[in-house]
Amino acid sequence: MTNLSSPPTVSGLAKGLTALGLGVGAVLALFIVANTTSTPMALHGYIMIAAFVLGIVAVMNLGFNSNGVMAHEPSPSGVFYNNNVVKAGVIASTFWGVVGFLAGDIIAWQLAFPALNFDLPWTNFGRLRPLHTSAVIFAFGGNVLIATSFYVVQRTSKARLAGEIAPWFVFWGYQLFIVLAATGYLLGVTQSKEYAEPEWYVDIWLTIVWVTYLLVFLGTLWRRRESHIYVANWFYLAFIVTIAMLHLVNNMAMPISFVEPKSYILFSGVQDALTQWWYGHNAVGFFLTAGFLGIMYYFVPKRAERPVYSYRLSIVHFWSLIFLYIWAGPHHLHYTALPDWAQTLGMTFSIILWMPSWGGMINGLMTLSGAWDKLRTDPVLKMLVVSVAFYGMSTFEGPLMSIKAVNGLSHYTDWTVGHVHSGALGWVAYVSFGALYCLFPWLWKRKGLYSLKLVNLHFWISTVGIVLYITSMWVSGIMQGLMWRAYDSLGFLEYSFVETVEAMHPYYIIRATGGLLFVLGSLIMVYNLWKTARGEGEAHPVTAAAPAE
Amino acid sequence: MSFKHEIFEKNPIILLVGILITVAIGGLVEIAPLFYLENTIEEVEGMRPYTPLELAGRNIYIREGCYNCHSQMIRSTRDEVERYGHYSLAAESMYDHPFQWGSKRTGPDIARVGNKYSDEWHREHMKDPRAVVPESVMPGYPFLAENDLQFNTIQADLQANRMVGVPYTDDQIAFAEADLKAQLDEDSDDYDAFMERYPTAQVRDFDGDPNKISELDALIAYMQMLGTLVDFSIYNAQENNR
Repeated sequence: MTNLSSPPTVSGLAKGLTALGLGVGAVLALFIVANTTSTPMALHGYIMIAAFVLGIVAVMNLGFNSNGVMAHEPSPSGVFYNNNVVKAGVIASTFWGVVGFLAGDIIAWQLAFPALNFDLPWTNFGRLRPLHTSAVIFAFGGNVLIATSFYVVQRTSKARLAGEIAPWFVFWGYQLFIVLAATGYLLGVTQSKEYAEPEWYVDIWLTIVWVTYLLVFLGTLWRRRESHIYVANWFYLAFIVTIAMLHLVNNMAMPISFVEPKSYILFSGVQDALTQWWYGHNAVGFFLTAGFLGIMYYFVPKRAERPVYSYRLSIVHFWSLIFLYIWAGPHHLHYTALPDWAQTLGMTFSIILWMPSWGGMINGLMTLSGAWDKLRTDPVLKMLVVSVAFYGMSTFEGPLMSIKAVNGLSHYTDWTVGHVHSGALGWVAYVSFGALYCLFPWLWKRKGLYSLKLVNLHFWISTVGIVLYITSMWVSGIMQGLMWRAYDSLGFLEYSFVETVEAMHPYYIIRATGGLLFVLGSLIMVYNLWKTARGEGEAHPVTAAAPAE
Repeated sequence: MSFKHEIFEKNPIILLVGILITVAIGGLVEIAPLFYLENTIEEVEGMRPYTPLELAGRNIYIREGCYNCHSQMIRSTRDEVERYGHYSLAAESMYDHPFQWGSKRTGPDIARVGNKYSDEWHREHMKDPRAVVPESVMPGYPFLAENDLQFNTIQADLQANRMVGVPYTDDQIAFAEADLKAQLDEDSDDYDAFMERYPTAQVRDFDGDPNKISELDALIAYMQMLGTLVDFSIYNAQENNR
């Protein structure tokens, strides 16, 4: 247990054991390289060896020059917060965000102009689309969640992160997971389960990293100096532990060999389909919702300098949300070979889910009671509030689309894509941007952001981008759904499939233009955050320059 | 009320256990019954495991991410049945590890694409989709015809499938490599043995180049069998009403 008054240290034993673990990893990777017949697997083996060896060097040098004492900054309250791993996390978040948005816009242009696929294996849509989804969900979203959860759990527990090596292992281990997953997709290594594409060995690696993450988080809660666990941490904990459960069950597979990348998923057909969408929908529910609600419950009150609207509502919101979300998966499989009872059950719970979702939205929005005027002066708070509004919009649209009759039209069309992006861009990305705009000045001890005007510009340019994106997908999705089921006066299907593809073209251009605006907005943010970290900020008098610690 | 939420707010482990129990319920109630309710998957005549060549083709389909744009699940609505054919049965993907139902139709459903187009159409379409369908937005895959099919692990592939429940016989596994080659050549010595192991398989050179076993051979073999195994002229839907 950390002593309040003494700086954090790292023991020789911990360093030795970590180095040993990484050494075992390097030997296993070497074994793979020596025996595999697969070029991508060999490449991954080399990447793993390099990462593990670098890891050993880094671990052995921790606190080397100062008798095991880690770099530290005492806070006003006397706690030696681990800020450096959070700094690394927000930098990685920003980097992967731009990469993920850019990949998305590239594939959006590919759909409008197929020549952009270049007819090469590693540039075609089929391989780049998982790269985009994983980059935005896991690389951008995941890093934001890890970084903010490490920040929030320390501040709300008044305790330093548990472990000295472990948080860094989580950070770098997670980056290695991203690199292995992304290069794998480009080289054709995938198990084809959406949002769970990485093959078995990458899944095992992620499991090790994730369990460490859980232990760091729990350990920090365990050593807290506040009597109650703050509500944001409930959501973070639910996110971490449920993602672990989903990941383990959905990825159960039989590798063809321990030195080959290919594996076969344990379940087949209809069982596999429901397991996948139980996973897939709760990747939305727990990764993209519960985790980011943790961000909302910390950063919105902090930025608005108001307490959370209703503590009771937080409790109801939390338990009902996590209970109900897990049932919603079957709405991805309406009118398929999944038994009817399961479809109806999934639809029913999806509709009920509307209530806790809006309860959470109300709790977030009403937190601004008495502080609404700040929206005029603080574009960061504006971004956070609009994210909660988008959350409300997509959690209304979701239950609507889960109704079988509506889903019959929307499924397989761009409407789904538009729905996902109103949640992903409007809610997940905006609440993340809001958190990043808060964290950069806080972590680098600046009075404020480099430029609030640029935040405002970022807000508007990306809002126009989102609006172009989702409206074009509403039109194209609903239109295509209607065209597929249109009959002529003689009772024949009116349109061939390819006529409906042709009709999509203008909307694909509008969508890709909207995406481009979103990418531009994120680049403005990078510039602003970079200048802020370097201390080139104008001192802004607005809101929450530094959190009370 | 005697129960206090405080207990969760003061004990990380109790909170953790509470969360785990809460999130476990939905999955258990929805997913677990699919494994023991007998009527989840119909009993249908004609279903058989993939031939080694088809399986290799399916792995290329997965590798290239075809599932991102093509579904293999015809829903039970009038327009889908008229456009694509009989709605998909659960049994038709019973040997699919993992399933390939997909979630988006940027291109059409291909659950029953088998035997709809000629091999030559597929060859041209894969090389340059817009040569045969001018409005198509599909990427071209000219490299499939050029790449030699890698099948050094095909026996291990069948073996792994058997371990997850696909009923491959010992012979089917032992002769996997020979069967893969035999499906490409009607005149080969292994033809009869292959047809005995996979009675409904289609045998011919799929990529138009008899001197080469290409990735395109495997992919077209896979696509030409999709949706063709069940004979719907004798299928009785009432028997399997769920």
